[in-house]
Amino acid sequence: MSVNRSAVERRAATLGTRRSVKKDWQAAWLLRAVSCIDLTTLAGDDTPGRVRRLCAKARQPVRPEILQGLGAAELGLTTAAVCVYHAMVEPAVAALRGSKIPVAAVSTGFPAGLSPFEQRLAEIRASVEAGAREIDIVITRAHVLLGDWQALYDEVRAFRDAGGDAHVKTILATGELGRLRNVYQASLVCMMGGADFVKTSTGKESVNATLPVGITMVRAIRAYGERTGVRVGLKPAGGIRTAKDALMWLILMKEELGRPWMEAALFRFGASSLLGDIERQLEHQLTGRYSAAHRHPMA
Amino acid sequence: MSRIAEIYETLEYGPAPESADHADAWLDGHERRFGVFLGGAWEYGSSGETFETVSPSSGHHLATVTQGSAEDVDRAVRAARAAFPEWRALDGHARARHLYAVARRLQKHARLFAVLESMDNGKPIRESRDLDIPLVARHFYHHAGWSQLMAEELPGYAPVGVVGQIIPWNFPLLMLAWKIAPALAMGNTVVLKPAELTPLTALLFAELCDDAGLPPGVVNIVTGDGSTGAALVAHPDVDKIAFTGSTEVGRIIRAATAGTGKRLSLELGGKSPFVVYEDADLDSVVEGVVDAIWFNQGQVCCAGSRILVQEGVAGELERKLRARMETLRMGDPLDKGVDMGAIVAPVQLEKIRSLVAQGQEEGARIWQPSWSAPEEGWFYPPTLCTDVSPSSTIAQVEIFGPVVVMMTFRTPAEAVALANDTRYGLAASVWTESVNLALDVAPRIKAGTVWVNCTNLFDAAAGFGGYRESGYGREGGREGLFEYVKPAWQEGRRGGAPDADGSARGGAPVDAVDGHGPTGSSAASDGQDESPSTEARAPAERTAGPSLPGIDRTAKLYIGGRQVRPDADYSIPVRAHDGTVMTEVPRGNRKDVRNAVEAAHEAARGWVPRTAHNRAQILYYLAENLSARATELADRLTTLSGEASRATEEVDAAVRRLFTYAAWADKWDGRVHHTPFRNVTLAMPEPIGVLAVVCPDEAPLLGFISTVAPAVAMGNAVVAVPSRQGPVLATDFYQVLETSDVPAGVVNIVTGSDEELRPVLASHDDVDGMWYFGSAEGAADVERLSTGNMKRTWVDHGLERDWFSAEQGQGEDFLWEATQIKNIWIPYGE
Repeated sequence: MSVNRSAVERRAATLGTRRSVKKDWQAAWLLRAVSCIDLTTLAGDDTPGRVRRLCAKARQPVRPEILQGLGAAELGLTTAAVCVYHAMVEPAVAALRGSKIPVAAVSTGFPAGLSPFEQRLAEIRASVEAGAREIDIVITRAHVLLGDWQALYDEVRAFRDAGGDAHVKTILATGELGRLRNVYQASLVCMMGGADFVKTSTGKESVNATLPVGITMVRAIRAYGERTGVRVGLKPAGGIRTAKDALMWLILMKEELGRPWMEAALFRFGASSLLGDIERQLEHQLTGRYSAAHRHPMA
Repeated sequence: MSRIAEIYETLEYGPAPESADHADAWLDGHERRFGVFLGGAWEYGSSGETFETVSPSSGHHLATVTQGSAEDVDRAVRAARAAFPEWRALDGHARARHLYAVARRLQKHARLFAVLESMDNGKPIRESRDLDIPLVARHFYHHAGWSQLMAEELPGYAPVGVVGQIIPWNFPLLMLAWKIAPALAMGNTVVLKPAELTPLTALLFAELCDDAGLPPGVVNIVTGDGSTGAALVAHPDVDKIAFTGSTEVGRIIRAATAGTGKRLSLELGGKSPFVVYEDADLDSVVEGVVDAIWFNQGQVCCAGSRILVQEGVAGELERKLRARMETLRMGDPLDKGVDMGAIVAPVQLEKIRSLVAQGQEEGARIWQPSWSAPEEGWFYPPTLCTDVSPSSTIAQVEIFGPVVVMMTFRTPAEAVALANDTRYGLAASVWTESVNLALDVAPRIKAGTVWVNCTNLFDAAAGFGGYRESGYGREGGREGLFEYVKPAWQEGRRGGAPDADGSARGGAPVDAVDGHGPTGSSAASDGQDESPSTEARAPAERTAGPSLPGIDRTAKLYIGGRQVRPDADYSIPVRAHDGTVMTEVPRGNRKDVRNAVEAAHEAARGWVPRTAHNRAQILYYLAENLSARATELADRLTTLSGEASRATEEVDAAVRRLFTYAAWADKWDGRVHHTPFRNVTLAMPEPIGVLAVVCPDEAPLLGFISTVAPAVAMGNAVVAVPSRQGPVLATDFYQVLETSDVPAGVVNIVTGSDEELRPVLASHDDVDGMWYFGSAEGAADVERLSTGNMKRTWVDHGLERDWFSAEQGQGEDFLWEATQIKNIWIPYGE
């Protein structure tokens, strides 16, 4: 098992130059991207009011007349989930009541993941009890950096069990793992430990979701699926801000894993500002005029 | 359901066409008719003949182009000749400004060039836009720099003159840049013939040269078919031919230019190995294969067309490849979302089809993806052939299409053996995560470029070119410049007969053969007509003393470290200056050559891995032992020439020369090129292999040492035919070889007739290179007969060199000719 960084980077560099999605196709793909967004706020100054605003945006991520104009009104478009800290789970659940949008909670001492192990388990249980249907856990990076794969497996297994029926996404914090080989191995171990998704980053590392990291994780997902038949999802998070970025990631998913990995069941964006850019592009697609941020309701 | 809602479900890519409007407008602006570009002006051809160029993806007419006639070629060469004196006289900075202007203009019109290239050639716009055209601009920038630096970096070198350049259709503008940029930078003027199938970007380039203010005649473009190329090759006033294309045509050009004194560089075909070791990143290997063989529809001379995979991971790789092939996209070359476009022409498509069919007949399993190629235009799907062995036709011949064969190996050594089991040697790709393995294997693969964990990377700063039947010469990098310069002392002399028919030779000393009157150093009698002589011996061994007769010294051949009798026991006399026979040497024949070449190969296996320091020590030791026998050798030379002081001088010069090459042995360093990737590109000089050397007739000792020593210093094993006039110096010398720790077989000496031995050596398919310092006729023979294995040759066309001069008798020139540069690309990063 090996990952050659230079070769992976070359692949990353040509993904977006080998494929192009234009016009109606671009609009459709961007709508698809919206449906895969875990609309996120993970700030120290989050309040219930701020979270309610976010949830409202998740319910109606694109102005209805734009959707109408694009012939996409009947899609019932929402974001995939709303992602918050544990403290904000309750207001989010309340705000999303009546929709099918799940609340995802970052957990286990997010973002560093170094609080006492029992507390981390308790945090998962508390969020699930509060109504979170998805749990984004962070792994102990030290296990990866020290090559203690058993410890990593045990940790993920324990988190998985604590999460019960909740959807578990394991955050690798790839920006802190040092090498792509570690990313690949950690992805595999997390999947063995029962992760439903592997996620690149907390958004708090200095380097977040990069395409080479994405390619590496996607290849691990493919290898795991080939051996077990289990489909695991990918969630790139952090640093994905433009519609163009979103298309690039969707192209990656289509190229390396195929169509099933192009919807929310197996693919999510962890993003806060991405939606705004997509909205502008969709309006441009509709009107032929370049749009402005203030023409779209904020989250 | 609306269309967008539908696509929301299918998530297909849809079309993403690049507009052809600007390119069409340019074509229309010329009414879709083009002349030839001569002396800075457009002319419509002397013959009035034209041909059509069409779009490979639709078959639609693009433009009507002039069929350049021999007369057009002649006028182009005249224009280039007329422009040459002024162009070469410009200082490097001025030429650099011109090349810089060309580079800038290329960038400013990059998209127009890219679109036009894809229309004419059928390659995906992604490739022309992201690879071809940026590399073209890069090539001109880089060589603008070499022009600026020429005076300091290449002192003692002068431009070659008027260069005829013939390029292929697979990378039309890029090959033009590889040809024109270094030629112009070094002060040459050019006549370039683009490929018949893809002339358009060259014509646009001609227009650009005009706009950029390039002096008229510096660049001339003559469009046409093979006959136009042939006229260019045959033109007597062309000083050099540079060709990229098939090995078949390369052979024809080599034969056609033999003996004319024209310089030649050839970049020919390939069947490049793509070696996958079990520790490689197989997912990345798969993308590597995409870049290797499905780049430009596989119409790439260095395409990695032979996958050699370690047996244990072969099944997994095959499975991954098949899956990947399903996701390749083929279609309109101007679609921004396709991986593969069209095959350039029906004839090429037919060739691919028939070779694949032949492969199938021979038992190969053919795999193609489930999607089908477009019906309109000339398309061929990506194809993987398994159940193939080295003996399969499709594993040997260049298909020049998107077809890759896959074979397995067991050990690193077997991988190298399979990789080298080909007539070609253009490139190789090696995939392993082990630095030990990569750096062990890369030097052992016979190829001009070795890509480690990557493939098909190119840059102006790195040399590109072949080993073996993939040609000779390099394009790019410092090593590429030497194709377009010659030592300044050779200015004004070209040698050979410009008419290429092998008859008249100018300045050949051999004209004066009389067999009995060697006059100084220019005599060239080789005893061809001499029957074993019974004439009275000259008192050649007079040093033995006044009263006793000398003891007969029987010279033998020196093969494989042993003194051996010739296959046929014939001897030829060696005459003293007064015409008397001083002794006899064996008359070696073709079997002796065969034995010597075998011995040399045997020796090369041990000689190449020796450290350069060790080779230096042996050369110093040779000098030491030669010096110890200086008096005896000087006496021999005196007997031959009658000039005692010159003889002493020659022995002294020979000792110095050995010191020179002992010194060079560990100093002819490679380089690390600054290619714009995160990698080291190592440009390593490697020996040619087994080198045949026909030594000059003149200066029997110094000529022998001056040619054999650099070859050996650089790690070659040599089969030397010593001076026919004074072979005894070489046969005396083998005793020095024996006492100097020169390993058996590194230097082999076959005495005999030039006429008899040179064709055997020149046509020997296991001789890797040949130096010839004999007559003009001999040089023509050697060049003509080298086509069997396309061995690299170096001849003086019968022109003399002053072997006593440091400028002419030694130096860089000899080291370049004794080595070939291999570029090894090693990306890094964890």
